[in-house]
Amino acid sequence: MPTAEYIQNITLSVNGESYTSQAEPRTSLADFLRYNLELTGTHIGCEHGVCGACTVLIDGNSMRSCLMFAVQAEGKEIATVEGLAEGNQLNSLQKAFWERHGLQCGFCTSGILMTLTEYFEINSEYSEKTIRDVLSGHICRCTGYESIVAAALDVANSKEAGNE
Amino acid sequence: MKSSRFQYHRPSTLCEVMDCLKNLENPRVIAGGQSLVPMLNFRLIEPDHLIDLSGITDLDYIKKSGEEISIGAMTTHRTVEFSEIIRTHLPLMSLAVLSVGHRQIRNRGTIGGSLCHLDPSAEMPLVSMALDAQLVITGVAGVRIVSIEDFCEDMLSPAIEPDEILSEIRFRPWQKGHGWAFTEYARRLGDFAIVAAAALLDFGEDGRISKASLTLGGVGPVPTRITEAEVELVGQRPSEELFARTAKYCAEIEPLDDPFVPGWYRQRLSVKFAQRVLREAWAQSQVGNEH
Repeated sequence: MPTAEYIQNITLSVNGESYTSQAEPRTSLADFLRYNLELTGTHIGCEHGVCGACTVLIDGNSMRSCLMFAVQAEGKEIATVEGLAEGNQLNSLQKAFWERHGLQCGFCTSGILMTLTEYFEINSEYSEKTIRDVLSGHICRCTGYESIVAAALDVANSKEAGNE
Repeated sequence: MKSSRFQYHRPSTLCEVMDCLKNLENPRVIAGGQSLVPMLNFRLIEPDHLIDLSGITDLDYIKKSGEEISIGAMTTHRTVEFSEIIRTHLPLMSLAVLSVGHRQIRNRGTIGGSLCHLDPSAEMPLVSMALDAQLVITGVAGVRIVSIEDFCEDMLSPAIEPDEILSEIRFRPWQKGHGWAFTEYARRLGDFAIVAAAALLDFGEDGRISKASLTLGGVGPVPTRITEAEVELVGQRPSEELFARTAKYCAEIEPLDDPFVPGWYRQRLSVKFAQRVLREAWAQSQVGNEH
């Protein structure tokens, strides 16, 4: 159990909704999302910033939620995989992963989706090379990456064709 | 793998940071935390107090004043990557920053944090060494300026006291038309470099090399300037033969040696990379002069 003297209130916004919960300063943002807010879509893999599974967007920028403490995210706007779908409809990126078999066990998927969300947000031109560059921050032990890249390229082509 | 307990402080001015450093027992300063948090999670370090510098917005800037470029210590790699000032005046840094970790790491990691962590293969210390950076260090006792050479004391051990923080990094850009090059090898894009190399070359009107900087990372305990090579390059006309000859000085560094990468491999790679960056810096200067 957390020691009372260390505990503090942390208020932040996740997918547009404001949350306040109590945690020790040493609680990682990833643990805070999962255990305090019960948003378990963000996964924890290596806990030292290598695997990319816990990637979320903080004020629009992709970051490892295991490499920062929840208390450091006070007042920030966080986007997680739970915010991608529109109601029960997968968004176009998620749909592309579905269609291309871009996941098997799915453990790394939420982090990858967040990185690609940022990628499509900040770029206006896309290429296989730059997609592979941003994906280099993620480890997937199932797919061999080819189907993940194919899914991202589908979204890129569709955006370039002006379908979105 | 969770950090041990600590109390968290988020000062908003340098003055408050100094108060924290003066009054707290066993404190640790955190910048972007991209190296520090793994060390906390592994419990390699167990501070009682964590002092977060991210509240000090005054330390996040890239400025040009006169001939000098100054970068606030809390400037993220992302800001450096997208900075027009850096692209124009410190093109070597613009190129090398792309090899710092991955997108997600560059978004949060800072140049000051990278310098204070001082990993032997890190890109920002390497570039700072190549460009003869000056570091502004703010401490309880006052402000001092130290050269990157003196700062890089030993592996993961910069010459900075527990009651000091790095606040600014200053660069003198090379003149327009100079050549630059950077290369590194890691087993996966964004991983720690096994060997990294940077070169800067400037040329006189007679086409001879007038100024040279050759730096290796990942080979010695800290980024290393190959001064013998630099001395020999200056005054010469650039040629493959010259680059091959001067690159051989790289083999004189005592290389890091570990079970994954033996020293002889780092040594061979560093000679090859030195030759490559010299060649590319020369080619780059010619591209620059065509404009």
